[in-house]
Amino acid sequence: MSYLTFNSVGVTALSAAVPRTIINNYNYTRYFDKEQVKQVVDKVEIYQRRFADEHTCSSDLCFAAASKLIEDNNIDRSDIDLLIFISQTPDYRMPATSVLLQDRLGLPSSTVAFDINLGCSAFLYGLSVAYSMLSSGNFKKALILDGETRSKVYSPKDRRTAFLFGDGGVAALVERDNRFGTSYFSLNSDGSRGDLIKIKAGGYRMPSSAETVKEKVVDEYGNIRSDEQGYMNGSDVFNFVITEIPKDIKLLLANSGNSIVDCDYCVFHQANNFINRYLAKKLHIETEKIPSTVEKYGNTSSVSVPLTIVDQLKGKMNGDKKLLLSAFGVGMTWASAIVPFHDLKISDIIEV
Amino acid sequence: MELNDFIKKFAEQFEETAPEEIQASTEFKSLEEWSSLTSLSILAMVDDEYDVALKGDDIKNAVTVEDLFNKVASKA
Repeated sequence: MSYLTFNSVGVTALSAAVPRTIINNYNYTRYFDKEQVKQVVDKVEIYQRRFADEHTCSSDLCFAAASKLIEDNNIDRSDIDLLIFISQTPDYRMPATSVLLQDRLGLPSSTVAFDINLGCSAFLYGLSVAYSMLSSGNFKKALILDGETRSKVYSPKDRRTAFLFGDGGVAALVERDNRFGTSYFSLNSDGSRGDLIKIKAGGYRMPSSAETVKEKVVDEYGNIRSDEQGYMNGSDVFNFVITEIPKDIKLLLANSGNSIVDCDYCVFHQANNFINRYLAKKLHIETEKIPSTVEKYGNTSSVSVPLTIVDQLKGKMNGDKKLLLSAFGVGMTWASAIVPFHDLKISDIIEV
Repeated sequence: MELNDFIKKFAEQFEETAPEEIQASTEFKSLEEWSSLTSLSILAMVDDEYDVALKGDDIKNAVTVEDLFNKVASKA
């Protein structure tokens, strides 16, 4: 097992945008009766989510967040040498959304721009790539834009996923600065679990056709979805989490010479509170150290870790702070990191 | 591991079902309170108490509490 470590590079500013439309989960009763919905919502403890309208893409949320970030921090656009866009809900299959955002944001054509398609763990992967490229010494500033419109991915008629997912976008500014200490990343993949969370159709293995868009009853409970919509095997995903995540975090802490008490906050992927309470118990972390937003935004995939920092840690990131980040999901992939911050500037969340 | 102890810990994962309703022969998926989230609580309990990682299918294939006990015992 190997770790990535970086010195003197870090995130200096963060911003986020969410759609203005709030879905109250108790009233999300178009396809299921109120009593059934209440049972599900009481159990998953996700009360609200934000849904983008049909004209709004992940890139629009990220554009709004990036514009706010640039304005709030007086960033000279010509200093941005790298733009990474992270999403599994891009604008088009081609070209890459990052390149369109380079133009929309008025960044120079010398900006390196590319997409990372990965899912829930991807913000940590994006950080490691940005840190790595900035460490080469020539780049001044990097923008990581991470956005998802997962509300468009899952069937509202499949109760196993209908109440879980929401939309959001973030922008992170990455810079070199000697005041940052060392960051450590553990990045992992297991494609043998590729079927646990999946959209089967719409790629080149199963191209879209009249058949793939047909809604079908998929199980004995009468849940309905098409092959173009997302599927999740919740109990095996949970099994994956309890098998891999505590182990990964413990090893990362041990091998980097850190302990949980050295970390000011532990920000976990926001899948549900059940998983995060499990991790807290297993790793002996006080719940005050674990900020949570899943109850108000749902699971926003890769956006959930930075969105939780913006939403919950504003005003708490002055001076030197050390965060443990851990995110896991579709792939399956999982990532843990110990990341130092110095006077992180957090913008107010904007609604689009 | 011991069956009665397993049954007790299994029963603790339920909030509304009385512990005496859960026996070795109980067909637990027919219990009123059973849901996919109870199933997650069971996975977490088995991991915590017995250091065994059950799969979703292990729960799906078990009918009675004793079936599941046997599955955990075979992996412990």
